[in-house]
Amino acid sequence: MSQMIGEQSVCFENPVSILGAASVVGKKEGEGPLGSYFDMVCDDPMMGCKCWEEAESTLQKEAAQLAMAKANLDKQRIRMIFAGDLLAQSIASSFGIMDFRIPVYGLYGACSTMGEAMSLGAMAVAGGYGDCVLSLTSSHFASAEKEFRFPLAYGNQRPLSASWTVTGSGACVLGKTGGKAVITGVTAGKIIDNGLKDSMNMGACMATAASDTIYHNLIDFQRSPKDYDKIITGDLGSIGQKILWDILGERGIDIRNNHMDCGIEIFDQEKQDTHAGGSGCGCAASVFVSYILPKIESGEWKRVLFVPTGALLSKVSFSEGNSVPGIAHGVVVDTK
Amino acid sequence: MDKIQQKEYETYVKSVTPVHSLPKNMAKAFLVGGLICVLGQFILNVAKNAGLNETDAASWCSMILVLLSVLFTGWNIYPRLAKFGGAGTLVPITGFANSVAAPAIEFQKEGQVFGIGCKIFTICGPVILYGIFSSWVLGLIYWAGKLFGWF
Repeated sequence: MSQMIGEQSVCFENPVSILGAASVVGKKEGEGPLGSYFDMVCDDPMMGCKCWEEAESTLQKEAAQLAMAKANLDKQRIRMIFAGDLLAQSIASSFGIMDFRIPVYGLYGACSTMGEAMSLGAMAVAGGYGDCVLSLTSSHFASAEKEFRFPLAYGNQRPLSASWTVTGSGACVLGKTGGKAVITGVTAGKIIDNGLKDSMNMGACMATAASDTIYHNLIDFQRSPKDYDKIITGDLGSIGQKILWDILGERGIDIRNNHMDCGIEIFDQEKQDTHAGGSGCGCAASVFVSYILPKIESGEWKRVLFVPTGALLSKVSFSEGNSVPGIAHGVVVDTK
Repeated sequence: MDKIQQKEYETYVKSVTPVHSLPKNMAKAFLVGGLICVLGQFILNVAKNAGLNETDAASWCSMILVLLSVLFTGWNIYPRLAKFGGAGTLVPITGFANSVAAPAIEFQKEGQVFGIGCKIFTICGPVILYGIFSSWVLGLIYWAGKLFGWF
């Protein structure tokens, strides 16, 4: 039977289980409002390595190992890994997981990568291509600043619309049976270009993509926002959230009561001076595996639409005058 | 989205995006930039009182300010100062020194040649290039002026 539903969604005939998940974050994230939920908080931003990129790789490695341990699985049981990060050529992923000697598909979906990794992982399991797969992503404040902005010691003022890249990694093991939470469907996201060229206001760049994915998810599954206990975006931040509410409001969809944004939750905007909120692949990933997933497993939230959002920013295209398009992938997670 | 919708979206985004208060930022820039200049003046006066002529005293002043800025960059104090002072820390020579020292620190992991060597001027490169270029153009005008008796 076809598992395609609507225009761009998949509804799994046999829902895919989340067997185990873990997160590793940096000090600032550990000091934030969700600090106690994370599996591991590392005070050393270098993670004992000699450069930022290696530190980020270590984040992925630790998160992957913890997730496999929590799922009670040896690495030999993992059929394939879906992983990605923000760095050029995804070096944080490739150097982080190469020692596992597990087949890998490297992904790039900017900060939406966790949604992409979970979607593809779930499809691989549902399609019978792997009994157990691992989906993981990471981001690191310092390596992202170096990749996309300025050297850390350079003195400048961040605009109020800027977000703070989360230092963290989140990993989850997906499998055929077991676990207390299941992925019942996914909605693949389109690249939405709203013409914005402001790399310091990524929430506004991504909000249109998030609204498009949420809208199509609701249409494809013939659901209303009330059918979800939470609709959770990745890293829109405070400005992106307001825009998302407005855009969906114009289409007659009100998500204000059950919307949550990982970027807003992970930091205390006032005390931690993060401006619009947290961002990065690690933001949605770590908040999902450590804060959202346990609530689904316990049944506190029975059905959640998780929509990591990404701003497809490149230093090259940006300098060449191009806009910053957005993308968002939706994953429906239910209590088993 | 077509071009008109994109334009509308941009206007709408602008209306919901908060910005730093300009008068407040200007006041802070005035304060911090002013203090850096007072420090410069102090060094200049001390140097002159020590018996140096105007040119040598000015050179000492620049060198000491640059040294202090580089040290403060290394100690991670300059970025904090810049966060508060904005353009007040950018415009004086200390801002220029910071923009050279910061990439040097960041890219040393990539080696002496391809790291520090290639990337040290990634931020201040434009200032150096166009500074030299514009002085060359001015020199050309001055030379032509001399030739035709304008000056």
